[in-house]
Amino acid sequence: MEGLSVKTPDGIQSGRVQKAPENFLDRDGISTVIAESKAGRRNFIRSAFAAAAAGAAAPMALAQGNPVPTEGGDPNILNLPEHATGLGQGVAANNGYGVPSKFESNVQRRQSPGLTQTTQASVSFAPLQSLFGIVTPSGLHFERHHQGWWDIDPSKHRFMINGMVKTPKVFTMDEIMRLPSVSRFHFIECGANTAVEWGNVAVPTVQYTHGMVSCSEFTGVPLITLLEIAGADFKNAKFILAEGGDGSSMTRTIPMSLILSGEVLVAYGQNGEMLRPENGYPLRLIVPGIQGVSWVKYLRRIEVGDMPYAAKDEAVHYMDLMPDGQHRQYTNIQECKSVVTTPSGGQVLLDKGFYNITGLAWSGRGKVAKVDVSVDGGRNWRQARLETPVLSKALTRFNIDWVWDGKPAIIQSRATDETGFVQPTYKHLRAARGTRSIYHNNAIQSWLVQENGEVKNVQVS
Amino acid sequence: MSKFLKVTLVSALIAALLAAAGVASAQSTAYPGVGRPATPKEVAAWDIDVRPDFKGLPAGSGSVAQGQDLWEAKCAHCHGVFGESNEVFSPLIGGTTNEDIKTGNVANLKRADFPGRTTIMKVATVSTLWDYINRAMPWTAPKSLKPDEVYAVTAYLLSLANVVPEDFVLSNKNIAEVQKRMPNRNGMTTQHFMWAGKEFKGTNKPDTANVACMKDCVPEAKVASILPDYARNAHGNLADQNRLVGQQHGANTAVPENKAAPVGGTTTPAAKPAAKVVDPALALLNKHTCTACHAQSTKVVGPSFNDIAKKYPGKAEYLAGKIKSGGSGVWGAIPMPAQTAPDADIKTIANWLAAGAAK
Repeated sequence: MEGLSVKTPDGIQSGRVQKAPENFLDRDGISTVIAESKAGRRNFIRSAFAAAAAGAAAPMALAQGNPVPTEGGDPNILNLPEHATGLGQGVAANNGYGVPSKFESNVQRRQSPGLTQTTQASVSFAPLQSLFGIVTPSGLHFERHHQGWWDIDPSKHRFMINGMVKTPKVFTMDEIMRLPSVSRFHFIECGANTAVEWGNVAVPTVQYTHGMVSCSEFTGVPLITLLEIAGADFKNAKFILAEGGDGSSMTRTIPMSLILSGEVLVAYGQNGEMLRPENGYPLRLIVPGIQGVSWVKYLRRIEVGDMPYAAKDEAVHYMDLMPDGQHRQYTNIQECKSVVTTPSGGQVLLDKGFYNITGLAWSGRGKVAKVDVSVDGGRNWRQARLETPVLSKALTRFNIDWVWDGKPAIIQSRATDETGFVQPTYKHLRAARGTRSIYHNNAIQSWLVQENGEVKNVQVS
Repeated sequence: MSKFLKVTLVSALIAALLAAAGVASAQSTAYPGVGRPATPKEVAAWDIDVRPDFKGLPAGSGSVAQGQDLWEAKCAHCHGVFGESNEVFSPLIGGTTNEDIKTGNVANLKRADFPGRTTIMKVATVSTLWDYINRAMPWTAPKSLKPDEVYAVTAYLLSLANVVPEDFVLSNKNIAEVQKRMPNRNGMTTQHFMWAGKEFKGTNKPDTANVACMKDCVPEAKVASILPDYARNAHGNLADQNRLVGQQHGANTAVPENKAAPVGGTTTPAAKPAAKVVDPALALLNKHTCTACHAQSTKVVGPSFNDIAKKYPGKAEYLAGKIKSGGSGVWGAIPMPAQTAPDADIKTIANWLAAGAAK
């Protein structure tokens, strides 16, 4: 790739392309990954691909993606398949809990090779490139664990409130689930989502660039209700500390003003069922608009206080380093952001012609007001359709029609939220914060569609 | 409808509304039967957090020397003997100077070329170290340290960064003085718009101000950064990471990119492999947190299970002994701590290793 030039939509050569040294696997790392993959199922699928490519090369070259075969009809139509001529399977298979089709096995959450050295203090990314609408299936929700996940017996889980309250209280799950509940759709995004891309392109697909965002319908009790039961001193209390019940006993400071708004929930439900163990079963905090690390899992305790707590994940990590050497501490909000999920990096457009460009937009400050899409690297923009529902602090799906003429294109999306804030470019973001702040990268993402149809992750100047 | 009936209906309606309101207001202040007072003993068991003003810090003390012994036994295999870490976790110590201790600002944080940022370069509050070590360390046995041990380990770490001298004894009585020597104690700002509340009186507007221009906004776009060709398959074959059908398919990155040819075609899905019989040892590896330091085929902190199996085929008894006693020198300098798992479990794991560590 040294010295590669990429044609812009105008056909002008862009010249030398900058190499990608930062946050990027070196050659040794890559050979390790490849060696590992050889032992696994990838190799099997790779050979399946080779066989398929050898056997069925002919249709690829045709302009029509769904051509009429020479024998006068599609064998998938002419020869009735087994499922049309036999008896299907019975009810309540798979121990009474349905699983996705076996043909969907490519749709998985994945670790980014080389990012972490253990699986217990690690992250897996949601496959945004394969998802529809705004809800993330619970089994594909991104994961971030600091000290491994647990499947906790809910009958033994307790929730405590103490600190600046009239009476410290304990609750069982039975009791929490007796209280009036609300169900709300909210996105959760890790503060480090897109972190590896601050300096330059580092990963190939939207799963790895943006896959630490998910959206669910959460069910639970507003935290304010529980604080009222304990008689919290709302006059003098300014902060709460939320604490997990697992080994890491994660703690985070949450502003009282946000709790008073009624938005913060103590949740047990996710997408109609209980939370998944990887997402904090049986109880987690929901802090809409705020980075995921504050959504404490396995929630065991809330302390009401009048000072911030400087917990490890707000005094060592999840702070934004500025060029002057100061850290912005207590940065918790996820500002307005969007990304085109298809076409996106690592995908291949099957042919010229019509495509539906689709993606996700969100804002930690409220609703998404509009999303614009560019196919020429940000020179000209068209407004996309926002699909319903458009909810506050939830993912919003957008779509826009596009006819690909087969020439290189650079696709971008740019969201504006209801406060009027417009998603920044990398230029804006780097001018304000430099390239070393790791967290809260909400820059406009660019995908280069090459003439051969393959889509690459790029950053534009 | 008679006037009388109307009046009656309206009164009834008002009464009903009042009753409903009464019930609602009663419910908003009290949910009888839900929750009970926590006992002082319960609160003491869970309320372990320590604030920057040291509220919550238990009395106690520990010396640098005691901390060093604890460190080498319980912490060094992940963090390195001098907090310099190995390839598993980010370094804790390094990058600060005696000058930083004077100013309270770590000078290296200004340098874009400085490689990495250690914990001691970033952390402003000594309470954070105490609180976190106490609640979450050691990684595989959190909350197992006694308060005096937490003081000792904290003292050892601080001595590595010259924050305290080598003969120091850290205690609840002198920790506030130590705070005044933290190298990055003045390195934090809350003057920003990224906190969802007014508690810190930060700024009132975002630090970026893009505008939603629609036409001829920027000069022609130039690609400034793209992955090198050799990295195309670094995250595995991207064809396997996309659905088999859809408007786009995944790129087959297992073969070199054909830059000219048009693309397309679908493949038959891979059949699911038949379910395998899982060795009970695999569950034990997780249960006893062996997987915190060992992985199946790659070296993490310790050697991979495959490598151990290759080196000691059939030697179950030897392996069981090694697991129990721990040790160092066979696979490198990083010591493996002695394991306290039940003998039967250790035997199962040793047998599995000796038989080839099949997954």
